[in-house]
Parts: sequence; structure tokens; C-alpha cells
Amino acid sequence: MRIYMILVALATLVIGLILFVFVADKPSYDENAEAGVRSMQLKNGMKVIVQENRRAPVVVTQVWYKVGGSYERDGITGVSHVLEHMMFKGTEEVPAGKFSEIIAAHGGKENAFTSKDYTAYFQRISNDHLELCLELEADRMKNLLLEEDEFLKEIEVVKEERRLRTDDKPTALTYERFNATAFVNNPYRKPIIGWMEDLDTMEIDDLREWYQAWYAPNNATLVVVGDVRAAEVFSLAKKHFGPLRPADVPTLKPRREVEQHGIKRVAVKAPARVPYLVMGYKVPVLKTAEQKDDVYALELLSGLLDGGNSSRFSKNLIRGSQIATSVGSSYSLYSLHDSLFTISAIPSNGASIDQLETAIIGQIKALQQEPPSQQELDRVKAQVVAASVFEQDSSFYQAMKIGIMETVGLGWETKDEYVERINAVTAEEVQQVARKYFVEDQLTVAELVPQSNELQASIENDVTSGAGDANE
Amino acid sequence: MQMNNFFAGLCFVFGAIAVSSTQASPDIQSWETRQGTRVFFIENQLLPMVDVRIVFDAAGSRDGGLPGLAMLTNGLLAEGAAGKSAQQVAESFESVGAGFDNDSLRDMAYVGVRTLTREQYMSTAISSLADVLVQPDFPDDAFERELARMKVALEARKQSPSSIAEEAFFKAVYGDHPYAQPAGGTEQSLGQMTLQDVKDFYQQYYVASNAIVAIVGAVDRAQAETIVNTIFKDLPAGEKPAALPAVAELGEAETIKIDFPSKQSHIYVGQPGMRRNDEDFFKLYVANHPFGGSGFSSRLVETIREERGLAYSVSSYFSPMREKGPFLMSLQTRADQTDEALSLLQSELSTYVEKGPERDELDKSISNITGSFPLGLDSNSKLLGSLAMMAFYDLPQDYLDTYIENIRKVDRNDVRDALNRRIGVDNMVTVIVGNGG
Repeated sequence: MRIYMILVALATLVIGLILFVFVADKPSYDENAEAGVRSMQLKNGMKVIVQENRRAPVVVTQVWYKVGGSYERDGITGVSHVLEHMMFKGTEEVPAGKFSEIIAAHGGKENAFTSKDYTAYFQRISNDHLELCLELEADRMKNLLLEEDEFLKEIEVVKEERRLRTDDKPTALTYERFNATAFVNNPYRKPIIGWMEDLDTMEIDDLREWYQAWYAPNNATLVVVGDVRAAEVFSLAKKHFGPLRPADVPTLKPRREVEQHGIKRVAVKAPARVPYLVMGYKVPVLKTAEQKDDVYALELLSGLLDGGNSSRFSKNLIRGSQIATSVGSSYSLYSLHDSLFTISAIPSNGASIDQLETAIIGQIKALQQEPPSQQELDRVKAQVVAASVFEQDSSFYQAMKIGIMETVGLGWETKDEYVERINAVTAEEVQQVARKYFVEDQLTVAELVPQSNELQASIENDVTSGAGDANE
Repeated sequence: MQMNNFFAGLCFVFGAIAVSSTQASPDIQSWETRQGTRVFFIENQLLPMVDVRIVFDAAGSRDGGLPGLAMLTNGLLAEGAAGKSAQQVAESFESVGAGFDNDSLRDMAYVGVRTLTREQYMSTAISSLADVLVQPDFPDDAFERELARMKVALEARKQSPSSIAEEAFFKAVYGDHPYAQPAGGTEQSLGQMTLQDVKDFYQQYYVASNAIVAIVGAVDRAQAETIVNTIFKDLPAGEKPAALPAVAELGEAETIKIDFPSKQSHIYVGQPGMRRNDEDFFKLYVANHPFGGSGFSSRLVETIREERGLAYSVSSYFSPMREKGPFLMSLQTRADQTDEALSLLQSELSTYVEKGPERDELDKSISNITGSFPLGLDSNSKLLGSLAMMAFYDLPQDYLDTYIENIRKVDRNDVRDALNRRIGVDNMVTVIVGNGG
């Protein structure tokens, strides 16, 4: 809870106070908008996007901020995520803990998540409580108390979260060091949850500064999906967020990754029993690419390698040579900065990490040497088309897509291009991007080297009869 | 914005939900096939897709002396069927964009598919599912490979403190009961399993009289019946397996400490809890909610996380199963805080069992459970899960219609009484994995 999420699933797809209250903001309907998405911008710069969906009398509300791990500078890594935790720690009107209590009492579920490029807060609730959510979110957008005593407790919770999710998870630790090795000056070098020392030395003033800098209506997007009327959402958004004063939001420095001049390798020794390999090639994303076609070709390529049980990885590495016990690829085309096309794998028993790496490179070379067959391409496209229907089963997921695309500056309309763009990718384009980007000098490889001798578990069993003293 | 506005607003919640709950409850159709398979079906024409899930009482609790056998059998179904290779099977689903889905837990083993309802697509997906279910070939090489993969997964569990804790917990709580065994198998069982074991397991348990079906999506009743008939026409009726033994209560407390080089200690405390068909189901479910089942509103989160910053995740739950699933409290904390966190868990539980929830706490919990009811039914995926659960555990067809009413019936006396009868605070299994252990 208070989730810190990397959102791998999606990646692979996929005021001062009362200035504007009674001033009518003008919604800019896009009459041609598909799938019933409507959007408008409040006068203070806040974007409001609504997708009506009448399947159940419920609504998903999400408030997205353009801030996350990639916005942070060295020394305060993790501050976006800690602030996300603190957003539940009270305002004048709604004291610490009350936000969650109020939503729960109204039958709602709520939480939040921080990623590289965004921080988002959400509620899922019966549609008659939409206004309650907006009222509460507007309040904490500007009125957060950020008290030191609450911070001192919560920072310990975050450190426990880091221990749970990273320090005691050998694969996660390896992945963290992989990113830190792959990038020199691109901000994806840093972990979203932050380095432990940065958490140890974080102060309440770091959070106050961060909150002042980024939490403003002109740096936020409200996304609402569910059984609501767009016009009503717009009017409620105006009522509650409209009065909030915009702020001067800092401009991000580009921090484009310096050129890589050769393969990079890192080994991570940790108490573990199963080796693990992560490989990543530097690639552009939709936001940064000069050739947008390249991005969709890479996305389709990821489907060829890893899209289902008929994909090349399953066919050739898990079933064919049986060199891998599991293997997958990942590509986040909707990132803010240049990213990595990542392949991670666990060798089968008896296979070495070196053999596994060679076999994976073999699969890459095959794509470079020969374009995929039409049948193979059609299969990936069929899955993409079907997935575009299946994903409509989840309002939350639809809201996520809108929120991500809007927050990284692509515009929510970009989601509607996806199927068409994927369908347009040719076999030759797949071959071309494989040749262009999957070159050894752009590769980073991380390996988990299990230290199984540290895992000789000793079990002490203590059966205590009767009452009371079972805790020794 | 005033706090009292919110709580004034609460009064309206009940009225509003009472109206919307009747609207929200989906129209469930149910029938039984000639072979005795129970089918639950919801027609939903909103999206051109359908989900089908077939659940068998063929999961870990049926492993017998070979833990992992049920999971291996389930995993091998699609690795070659009706003369087609694993690759051909996968291509038959994926060429029409369909997703094959399978899993094996402790009670339920299932296969299923999500497909578009376009004629050609749906018929391909359904016939592929029928192949996998009715004519698996269990090729030798697939058996060897999947067994080897389960052995790697077993190794991976040994490097995860939470997996180690969970396994030790189930073993201690369930003793001789089938629920004691890890569904993923043990070194010993994976070492001696044979292909014949898999084939025998399949023959015995993957039979029509041991199955239920859940269908949700854009098909009408006639189409749903056709789907069921296509899948089941060649599946033998077979026999329903004997009922699982009842779970014995724990006679004494037990503490298990496992040394592990993690920064945190993983603490699991619990005992046998309740059955899915338990007469105290609603009482115990409501009872746990304010204690450790309601996230940030729960006592455990308030005491351990919010007030003291001792853990990121702390909760308690009843996991209802065919026989008594566990009641479990768990948290992870920095090793040097192990004793403090554990004694807080224990004292919170003792106090709660003795005194029960405050009136206000219980009211808020009931309001949350009933108010959030529609959230659990707002997608085909969730409806499918609910239908499968209802059919598998023989719950009445009006289970969802009467759910809110059943929750509202629970009062403080019921909760206190149920906690007193059902939670033995002096007979808890405690597992601690970590250096604090």
C-alpha cells in the first residue's frame, strides 16, 4: 500500500486561494474524440480528462503530478516517493490518517503510486461520492501540513519498504544496480525508492521544498473514468480545483544520456540460490525519438520475443534449447527520457549465465539477419488488437494510460494511435531497428552471483504448551 | 471543507448503497450439464469478449504423497495436446489474440481462456481450450522440462524470506493435513515424481463431475451452452474425489525461528481459521476487517505502522478455503525491532479478542464493506473470479444478492462471540524468519 510501483505491466504494452471560483472556465470539447474521452483545462492550468463508462455504478479518480524519481537530484533520491507517503499525513481540515478513513467509510478504496516520471493518487468509489474525492484531493494539493513528527515516523516506514522490496530481494537489488550501471547522467540511473543513505539523511525541509516546487494545479492532471457525466466532472473540478493558484514550476534540465562507448558489465553478489541476468540496450522512446516508427517497431519486436507462449523466447530458449527457465523482455515506450530495451532471464539448472547470455544474443542476431515471417508478425498484431479490447475491461487501467500519456507530455490522444501504428509495422522495420539499436557498444549486462553459502538456514523449533509464553 | 460534512454524508451512504446494490448485482444464470458439471454464467454484451474458466478440485490439496504433482499436471496441459506440439497449441490461441490462462493453488486448479467473440476467433479459442483440457499428450520432454523449472522455482523460494516463512507456517499449522504441503513441491517429491504420476493424476481429477464452469461476456445463453458442450463433450464424467479431512485445531502454541541473512525479520502468526462455507463466515470476515483487514483504517496498521513506523506492510486476514484456511497476521520489520513488533501483534490480538471492536469501528467497517461491494464486480475479470468461487464452493446462486444483507446483520455481539469461539490466542503458530529469529 502507498505503492511504489514500477508498473512493468503497462510499460510492456504498453493558488493562493480563491481566484477563479466564480469565473467560468471553458471546456474545449474535442467533438471527434474517440471512446468518449473528453478533456478541458482549468484557468489555473490543470488538465481534466474524463472517460465515461457505464458498466458499473463506480468511478476511478486519479490525480497525476508531473514529478517522480527522474525529477530528483543526487542526495535527495526517493523524495518524490516519501512525499507521496506524506500526502496522507494531514492538512488543517483533514488531519493525519483521516483521508483514508473518510474514503473507507464511504466504501472507497484509495492509494497512490510513484514512478520514474510521475506520482499519482487514486480512489475507486461508488459514483455518488465523486465530489468527495475531488474535494479531498484539492485540499491536499495545496494545504499539506508536512509536520516533522509525522515525517520522522513515516521515513522509517519507507526504509522498511526499501528493505522489503529491494535490499532483501536479490533480483530487485540486481535490477537497481543494472540501472545505475547502464546510465551515466540520464536520471533513470537512480532508484525510485531512493538510496538508503539519502533516506537516512532526508529532512522535512527537503519534502517541503519538493511539495512547494511541484504540487500545483498547473503541474497536475485529473483523470476520471467511470459511470459519470463529463460535464458534471468538469463542473466539480472547477469548483474544487479551480480556486487553487498556479505556481512557477521548475524547468527540468534535459540530462540526455552521454554516448556509450562500449559494453558495460556489473556483478551483484547477494545471498541467493538462483542466478539472474539482466541485459539492456539504449533505445529512444516515443517522447524522444526522431523516428516514431522506430519506437513502434521496437514495441512489436518485444512482442515477437516475449508476447505469449508462442513467442521466440518461449519457443527457442525455454522449450527449444531449454537454456532458460524464464526469460522476458520489457520496453517502456511511454517514458519521459530515453530508456532501455531490457531482457531479463533465469538460466535453467546446469546452464551458465554466459551460455544464457550467448543464447539471448543469438536470438537478437537472428532478428538482425532475417526479417520475421508474416505469420509471426500477424500473430503479434492479433494479440495487440485483442488486448486493446481486453484492456477496456478495467477502468483503472484505462485511467492509467490516459494519466501516463498526459503526464509525460504525449497527450492522451496518443493512446488511440497505438493499434494503428503497431499494425503498420513491417517485417523489414523490425529487422532495421534490431540492427540499429541492438549493438554491443550500447549494451549493459548485470548478473546476480548467488552467494548460497550465506543461506544455510538454521531452524530452531520451540513448542510451548499452554498459554502466554509462546513468544520466546 | 468541514469534517462533520463528511460524517453527515455517511448517513446517505446506506440509503444510496441500498438502492445501487440491487442494480449492481449482476444477473447470474446457472445450470448443470448432463455429466453433473455446474455452470455459472453472466451475459455482458458491453465488450466483444468472453472469459471462460473451468475449475477442478485438482490442486495442491490433492497432491497426496507427492507435493507439486497437481501444479505440474496443470502446467503440462498446454505443453502438447491433441497431437499438436506446445508451440502449435500456443499459436492456436495467440493467432486469434486469445489468452490461455491456468493455475493450480491449494483448493482450485483451473484452465481458461479470454477471447474476442468474433465468430472465427472464438471458435478457434474454445476448441483449443477443449484440446488442452480433454486431450493433453503429456510429452516426455515437456515433463522433464517443466519438472526442472519447478526445481528452479523451489530454489528461488529458498532465497525468499517470505516464502520460507509461509512454508514453515503452513507446515506447522496444518501438520498431517494436505494443506501443510507446499503446492510447488519439495526437493524430495520433485525428485521422485514420474510422468505416470502426472497421467494418473490427470485421469482421476480432470473429470466432468469434479469440475465447475464460469463464463462472463458477450455471448447469450445458447452460445454459453455451446461453449460448455464443446469443451466437455469428450471429457469423462469420472468421480468426485472424497471430501478432504477436517483441519485439526492446534493443541498448543509453537514458535519457529529460522535464521536468514535478511535485513528484515518476516513474522507470521496464526492458526486454522475458517471454511468458505463456514457458518461464521460473515461474522469472522467482519470481525477481522477493523482489526487487520481494512488497510489504513485497521488497528494493526495504526499501531504498528502509523504510530511507530515499524513496518511497511502489516495485516491480518482469514483465507477461507474448502476446509479451514488460515487466520494469519503478518509483518516485516528491521531485525532489531522483531521482539517489539511481535509483542505488539500479540497484545493487539489479545485485546481485540477479549473486547471486540468499538461500536464506531464496526459501523465504519460495515459501511466500507457494503459500500465497496460494487467495486468488486465492476469488470468481467472480477465477475469471473466471483462466479468461479461461488460455483466451486457450492455457494447459493443468490450469494451476491444477499451479501450486503448478510454483512449488515453482523453486530458487535456476533463479532465478540465469533472471536471468542474461533480465535485461540494461546494456541498460535509463530514463525520468524531473519536474523532476529
